[in-house]
Amino acid sequence: MELLPNITVNHYLGLSVLLFCLGAFGVLYKRNAIIMFMCVELMLNAVNLSLVAFSKMWGGTDAQVFVFFIMVVAAAEVAVGLAILMMLYRNQHTTDTDVLNKMKG
Amino acid sequence: MKELLIVSLAGIAVLAADVIKFRKAVLPIAVASLFSLIFFCIVDWGRNENPMDNNMLLFDNFALGFTAILTFISLCWFLITTEYFGNDARRTDLYALTLFSICGAVLMVSYTNLVMLFLGIEILSIPLYVLAASKKGDRLSNEAGFKYFFLGSLASAILLFGIAMVYGATGSFDLGIISTASTAMSSPTPLLNAGIVMIFAGFAFKVSAAPFHFWAPDVYQGSPTPVTAFMATVVKGAAFAAMFRLFSGTFGSFIETYGDVIAIISALTLIIANIVAAVQTNVKRLLAYSSISHAGFMLGAILSAQNGDPKILLYYILTYGIASLTSFIVLYHVSAYQQGAEDFNAFKGLVKRNPVLAGAMTLAVLSMAGIPPLSGFLAKYFVISSVLQSGYLWLVIIMILTSVVGAYYYLRIIIAMFTPLENSGRIVVSDFQKYLFLLLSLLMVGLFFAAAIPDWLY
Repeated sequence: MELLPNITVNHYLGLSVLLFCLGAFGVLYKRNAIIMFMCVELMLNAVNLSLVAFSKMWGGTDAQVFVFFIMVVAAAEVAVGLAILMMLYRNQHTTDTDVLNKMKG
Repeated sequence: MKELLIVSLAGIAVLAADVIKFRKAVLPIAVASLFSLIFFCIVDWGRNENPMDNNMLLFDNFALGFTAILTFISLCWFLITTEYFGNDARRTDLYALTLFSICGAVLMVSYTNLVMLFLGIEILSIPLYVLAASKKGDRLSNEAGFKYFFLGSLASAILLFGIAMVYGATGSFDLGIISTASTAMSSPTPLLNAGIVMIFAGFAFKVSAAPFHFWAPDVYQGSPTPVTAFMATVVKGAAFAAMFRLFSGTFGSFIETYGDVIAIISALTLIIANIVAAVQTNVKRLLAYSSISHAGFMLGAILSAQNGDPKILLYYILTYGIASLTSFIVLYHVSAYQQGAEDFNAFKGLVKRNPVLAGAMTLAVLSMAGIPPLSGFLAKYFVISSVLQSGYLWLVIIMILTSVVGAYYYLRIIIAMFTPLENSGRIVVSDFQKYLFLLLSLLMVGLFFAAAIPDWLY
């Protein structure tokens, strides 16, 4: 028995696009590096959501396996990103991105 | 497959050599692995192995050719930057990261599955975020690493969403199945359309094509110069090879739908990069903009390659890679000698201070400007003639006009080098490096004649 028969793949796709846009907006608009970081994760998870929905639609499992790959890559990115953030904080004592204006032109 | 194994094992071996305090072996391991990589590319040439790992990777002639060229440029990079890494205690880590990055580049030229494309891009990029920020105390390097990380992740996420949509439209990650499914449609469905556009936008970020180029000047300027040289050559080459495989192979049947978009982005890239480069005073930033403008040319090569012939792009990446590597490393030597000064004045009197560096820089810059008899001329000529054959006359006109602007700012560097300077010391480079610069200069001239012989490229 289908649990929620009225929810189709389109609903999942809509939610995923919404989350993705929220994430992209946050990365481009927010000034705090930690929040930007969360927004990148939000974008990746929006992709995961749509992949799982599509996987159910096509009846295959390859997209679900891909989701695990994305999670692993996201974890690796977090490790590197937080390290860069730590270094930045040590040198400038802030995680505000407005201080990153040494190069122009 | 062994190509991939060699370079990843070499990365691990370099890390192991650090653990057992055998640092002397690090550079030889890296160089030997890259040499054997080139060797295997030549041995396997034309063998056309079967697809491996459940149709994930395919080392056909396309993959082997691009692997060989990118490996050759990386090899030159390893040998020519020894002075920078010198006695740095962290050099084993940096070498290992570079090798892993090359591993990602090999994946990116040999994928036959979008999963592998994504993994390749990430394996290429994640070590580079670290390398860009590797000058820990330097604020510019911090800034470069930070910007590269966030905009790189943003680009990956966009590309990934594109992959998800292509999967939704076709039901597979496999390039062959996607190709069959999309050829069956007379025009792409909205979902596939959105997917292709997002994948293209992600790639445009990675190759720094306008309007997604704004991160590149900052990142190129802030990163340590040898790392910038690696980014501008190997990374850009790998991204273009991956783009070629996707857009002229798998989505090749839609080239009429997307041709105009690619042409407009190429034109925008050329115009913006060349005009902004002309007003730069910092040579490193100027070279960064010049690297963006070459991305415009390489987009032209992708646009015109409907029949899937990658020779033009291959030749362009090779010649541009050699010239760009040379120019960045000369800049490194010049600015290292003058407390990090990177403006035109730092180049004054270089002819007297070190004729080899000045000669190599002159050739590199003229090659990038496209002056015969240097290989950069032929690279541009091949791109322009094939774009013309595809019927984009207006793009050809823009390419030629912006090349003229390019010649202006390239010549400014040469003029600075030939301006005499009173009481200046000599810039010393080791004999080995001198020979390498001579070899690179020879290649810039030699590749012209190698390709000018008819029936070689065509």
